[in-house]
Formats: sequence, C-alpha cells, structure tokens
Amino acid sequence: VNSEDLVAIRGVGMSRTGRRLHLDPLHLTGEAALLAIADAGLDVGEIDGVSTYPGGAGSTAGMSGAGVYEVADLLGLKLRWFTGGAEVAGQLGSLVNAVLAVAGGLCEHVLCFRTVFESSAQDLAGSRAAALTGSNSAAPMRADGIREWSLPFGALHTSFGGLETRRYLYETGSSRQQLGQIAVTARRNAAGNPRALYRHPLTLEEYLSSRMISEPLCLYDCDVPIDGSIAFVVSRKSSLDGHAGSIGIQAIGSAPTMKAAAEMLWSRTALTPSDIDVAQLYDGFSILAVQWLEALGICGPGQGGAYIDGGENIGLDGPTPLNTGGGQLSGGRMHGYGHLHEACIQLRGAGGDRQVKPWPEIAVVSNGAGHFTGCLLLSAP
Amino acid sequence: VSTPEPGQAKRPLPVVTPRSHAFWHGGADGHLHIGQCQQCGFYSHPPLPYCPRCHADGVTAVPVSGVGSVYSFTIERYTWLPDLPAPYVVAEVELVEQDGLRLLTTIVDCNPDDVTIGMRVAVSFIRQSDVFFPVFRPLHRDGQS
Repeated sequence: VNSEDLVAIRGVGMSRTGRRLHLDPLHLTGEAALLAIADAGLDVGEIDGVSTYPGGAGSTAGMSGAGVYEVADLLGLKLRWFTGGAEVAGQLGSLVNAVLAVAGGLCEHVLCFRTVFESSAQDLAGSRAAALTGSNSAAPMRADGIREWSLPFGALHTSFGGLETRRYLYETGSSRQQLGQIAVTARRNAAGNPRALYRHPLTLEEYLSSRMISEPLCLYDCDVPIDGSIAFVVSRKSSLDGHAGSIGIQAIGSAPTMKAAAEMLWSRTALTPSDIDVAQLYDGFSILAVQWLEALGICGPGQGGAYIDGGENIGLDGPTPLNTGGGQLSGGRMHGYGHLHEACIQLRGAGGDRQVKPWPEIAVVSNGAGHFTGCLLLSAP
Repeated sequence: VSTPEPGQAKRPLPVVTPRSHAFWHGGADGHLHIGQCQQCGFYSHPPLPYCPRCHADGVTAVPVSGVGSVYSFTIERYTWLPDLPAPYVVAEVELVEQDGLRLLTTIVDCNPDDVTIGMRVAVSFIRQSDVFFPVFRPLHRDGQS
C-alpha cells in the first residue's frame, strides 16, 4: 500500500493576500490555519502535526513568514510530530513529509502552511534589489555558501531564469512569442479569480515589448512578490467519515530534478499524462512551467514551445488548462502553495468564473526547479 | 592576462574556503584552476573534497586550458548590485576539458549583444583585492583572445 492511499487533503485555507500589506506574518498564518482547520471540520485541538516550508529561517527578507514553534504557540497546539525546512521536494516537500508522517502513524491531522511577506519586506528595505542583496542594510548579502559561485559575477535569482530561457530557446527553436503564452494565459485566467493580483488583460504584444530583466527573461516572465499565507490540513483517510471536500492524493514525485520527480510520480500510479484534467505548474519564471509540461509528459521533450503556441492547449477550454487562478505570474507569488490551493479549488468545482468544465477529476501540481522539485497528482473528492 | 574592470564596477568578494581557495586565488599565475581527481582524471566544479565519480580521496586543483564555449548566457539589464551597474553578461561556460564541465562567470571585452551560445571563449582575470575573478573573453579564430 502506498502512503498516498492512506491520506487526504482535508482542509484548505488562505489568508488575506496582497502587495505591501504590512501585517504581522504570524497574523496572516493564523488566519490561513484557522480557515483550513475549520474547512476540515476539525477543532484546533485535534491538530497534532505541523509541517512548513522553509521553516523559521528564510534565506532573503520575507521568505519565511512564520516557523513551527511560533504557530504551535499561537494556536496552543499539542504536537506529536513537526517539521520545517527548505531542503525538501520543492515547497510541496512540506506536504510530502506530512503525508508520510500521517501514513506512518506518527500523527492524525497535520497543519501544513507557507507564509510569505516578501512584498512588505522589500518595501521596508527600499527596493526588491535591496531586499534580495541586503545592499542598503548593515549586513549585505555575502557571497558565501552556494552564492559563492554566483554573486561575485552579479548573478541573482533572475539570472538563472534568463540562463534557462536562453538555452531552452536555443535547443528547441522555440520563440519568445510562444513562451509569452504562459504569461498571457495566466493573466486571462486571473481575470476570473477575485483573489488574483493582476486581473487586467495582458496582450502578447505587451509581453514582447516589456522591459528585459535578465535578457531574454522579461518583466512578465517573473512572478510578483506578495504577502499572504496558505494552509492545508493533511489527515488520515479513516478520519474522513462524513466529511465532504477531501482531496485524494494519487501519487507523489519527490525526487530531485523535474524529470526524476515526474518519472517517480508516474511510477506510483496507473494513471497517465492523458488523465490530467488541469495542471498547476510552478511559474516563478515562465520557462519553469514549460519545462514542467515536458517533464510531466504533457507534451514531448523539446515540444513545450510548440505545445503552448497560440495558447489553445493551455487555455481553460483546452486539453491542459494551466495555472487557472493566474499562477504566480498574475496571481501573486504564494511560492508553490498557491498552485496546490488552486488545484484543490478546481477539484472541488469552486473555481467560479475560472472553473474548468467539465469538473476536473485529476489535477497535477508541481513546485520548484533545478534540484529543488516536487509534484503531486490529486483527485477530486 | 588581467582585464581592467569596466567603469567603477566592484564585485562582491567571495567568502573563500579551503576548498575554493585555488579557484579564486589561482589566477595569480595566469591559469584557471579546477579540481581534478588524481585517480580517474574527472574534473568537478564547484570543487569537491573527493571525486564524485570514483570516490577517490585525491582531488587536486590543477591548471586547465581556460578555453571553452558559451553554454548559455543572460544579459543583465537590471542593476541588482549598486556597485555592478547593468548591462553585463552572466554566462555558463563549458570548458574544453570535459563534457558538462561548466562554470558560472561573465563575458568581458565583448558587447553583450554580440555574445552567442557556442561562442569560443578564453579565461582572463579581473583582480580585486587579492581575488582573481575568472572571467572570459571571446577567442578569435586565430586562437588569440
């Protein structure tokens, strides 16, 4: 028996979200947690596990909004198991850990959360660059650890998106016109999501003429930092009697690299890529969503550009509706948890104007890039 | 051997460790130094304490040709670091010594818009304090950089 068969995502919650909220991130975390626990039909006292990404210590300002201990204190939890860390299978690794803890019998109901307040942190630091590099602070970012190999050459986060994009366009012969469909489609979907950050239309022409950040990575290829918190309750299936709305977990992919994670996911289920009804793929940079489309076998290797060309295949009416809530590009950077949240919304048929029809039965969610990768195959209640 | 830094650019200095010492300071002798297994000959970068291929405990930083080609690159149009004004190039260069042996660096002595994937490049060093940053410049057909 796979661990996936023993558990379900029983509750979902999202706090207030937005640009520069300047609210206590622990406050936002409490909001999301209480909503998720209520949605799960549980009392707070029944939560006996906590799992979070990246834990109390974040890498750059606003990356980590709250840690395990703060949240346990805030809610008065009596824990049997907990974890918080960044070296996991993408942000979804925090869910994977929760699944294993519940399936292994260490606990019954795990509160999983991800809180970001990068938008406010960047406002306080003076600029996004200042927050990412610490250039205005007493403790500027040091070129140590993995940054020893990048920062001395002026390589920051977007540089890696630029390098990936350039090489992809070169190897596959894809065009920026094709790549632009990721951002344009996300924006079209965001129009139907009242919680999305940017909801006004974005044309392909606007995409193509937007300013370059790490060329060929342009402004609209980059996600938008926001503040907010999302929480889930992962529970033992045997506890679900009489509870509607629980999302099934069909398969986990927790291996490092997109390809290895996707291969692992498909090795744990009889389902195949053609069973996917909706896809929420990580889009911190547009290129990552294209790479995940290929890794997951939704299209062939090197075929991503052709597959998204024109946008029909990834539109709400297409064979693979993609990032239906606007993704991180238009919805705001909830750092992976937003993709899982939107998958649950779609599988519950609660998508309103952006609901995929017919009501999807199977959703795939992916998080991360490089060796920091994870994916989940989910099923409707 | 040494290339003057354009303008008043100032790079963040690496926090050098015993493992990375030869990479950042080795340029003093005009050569790029990369870790190589003395057992099986496998190169690895960033440097590792033993060989990831044969697991021999005998990796030594050795001078390499410093010649390679651009695997990918980006033109930074946004100034992230106040002392390193845009535009500048961030590149992954693959060295001729071994397939897949790549390092992150920058391309100098070349208009950023003229950089291409596959372009042949050779190492050069920018000295700042006691660090010799390995950077790359175009290698022309006659082999002269």
